Amino acid sequence: VEEVLAAAEEQDAEKRRSITVEKELELEFDLGNLLALDRNPPAAAGLRGACPRREALLRALARDNTQLLVARLWELPAERAGGAGGPLVAQLPEPTFRLPREKPPPRPRPPTRWEQFARLKGIHKRKKTSLVWDEQAKEWRRRWGYRRAGGDPARAWLAEEDQFARLRREKRERVARNEFNRLRNLARAHRAGTAVPAEPLHPTGHQSREELGHVARVARVSTASLGRFQPRLPKEPVEPPSRSGGRKRRFDPLLGNLSAERSRQLELLRDMGSKKPVLDITRAVNKQLRQEEAEAAAAKGKKQSKRGKRGRRQQRVGRGKKSG
Amino acid sequence: MRPLTEAETRSVFEKLGRYIGENIQLLVDRPDGTYCFRLHRDRVYYLSEKLLKVAASIPRDNLVSLGTCFGKFTKSQKFRLSVTALDFLAPYAKYKVWVKPGSEQSFLYGNHVLKSGLGRITENTAQYQGVVVYSMADVPLGFGVAAKSTQECRKVDPMAIVVFHQADVGEYVRNEDTLT
Repeated sequence: VEEVLAAAEEQDAEKRRSITVEKELELEFDLGNLLALDRNPPAAAGLRGACPRREALLRALARDNTQLLVARLWELPAERAGGAGGPLVAQLPEPTFRLPREKPPPRPRPPTRWEQFARLKGIHKRKKTSLVWDEQAKEWRRRWGYRRAGGDPARAWLAEEDQFARLRREKRERVARNEFNRLRNLARAHRAGTAVPAEPLHPTGHQSREELGHVARVARVSTASLGRFQPRLPKEPVEPPSRSGGRKRRFDPLLGNLSAERSRQLELLRDMGSKKPVLDITRAVNKQLRQEEAEAAAAKGKKQSKRGKRGRRQQRVGRGKKSG
Repeated sequence: MRPLTEAETRSVFEKLGRYIGENIQLLVDRPDGTYCFRLHRDRVYYLSEKLLKVAASIPRDNLVSLGTCFGKFTKSQKFRLSVTALDFLAPYAKYKVWVKPGSEQSFLYGNHVLKSGLGRITENTAQYQGVVVYSMADVPLGFGVAAKSTQECRKVDPMAIVVFHQADVGEYVRNEDTLT
């Protein structure tokens, strides 16, 4: 019996040992972040170098600290989530520990072109007042809108001129002036020799054929589908745009349609065969040679009558076969 | 490795046509399988579709040769027929030259065929016509170009060249290193 009791007591002590942790310094807890900070100096001798016990020591340290953290968590006020059968949920307090930044802070954005210009010229933003003093009405009127400072805009109908025509004329003048100024700027830049920025066509209308072609090609490709579904003019040639701009040669695929390749080759052979001229020259030369041989044989035959006759006959027969 | 372009195919067929004439279509259109020409490192190879599919999986740097090499394109894009094409030229040759046994050896060493070594020649051979050279036992020895037409061959003296040598089977031994 005593042995059993002693064994039971040992088991108990074992259990308590597993849940009680002795630490010199108390840990700092931030339960909102589930954080436990251990400021105890570690056993330096054990952790230095690559001794095999290091793993075990670290593991034990982690276990002890986790034990303390979990013990603290159990002390928190808890309730059952989702009614009686739900899980036990602890209410964490607000986190106190400031976590460091995950990503670097954003860089200040570079100033825009207007900002650069304004800084250069010394232009500052002027806050516009919402009310303007109207001299005629001798009171503060709003800058724009109902009862504005400049008077009722509908009063302009009293004047003789047609307002719509006037507005249209003014717009036309403004547009013309703007265009003129733009072209003048362009000409100035061009004259100064600086690179005219991104202007593909010469403004005065004297475009060369190549320039127009180039611009047409660029315009064609400047669609969302990169020019693939653009309608073509009746005589415009169908050519797929080469992505390398005509620099690289494109060959047929290695294992492409072999029967198509074969039929193409047969067609090529047919074309080549039809264009071959008949070898007239050789035939003419051969004919000439035969004639000469016949004459030579005839001349020989007159000298030696019998043998010559036989020879002639043989030769004539042979030639007849050849000429067939 | 790539298929031949239009211009390349034309030059290859022209060259082949000088030896086998319109029989090229028997090479292109074969009843026993699909055969094709492919270009690899300036050399033209003739191979079956089955072999092509297998060869396609070999990297370019490691591929030495495939099928039968018909010839190669020189740096100025001229096509030069090589002796390895003889197996396909011989059965379809239109103009043939038979060489006497005495001067077979001479031809196999790379010399031209003289009138004294000429055994038989096909009728109607034009001058500068591509011919295939056979021994008297009908064994193809190589090919060349007829230097004289058949008619002229009869009249010319025995030391005159009748067939210019272009390729012979002796090259398999002489140029063992450069043949692919």
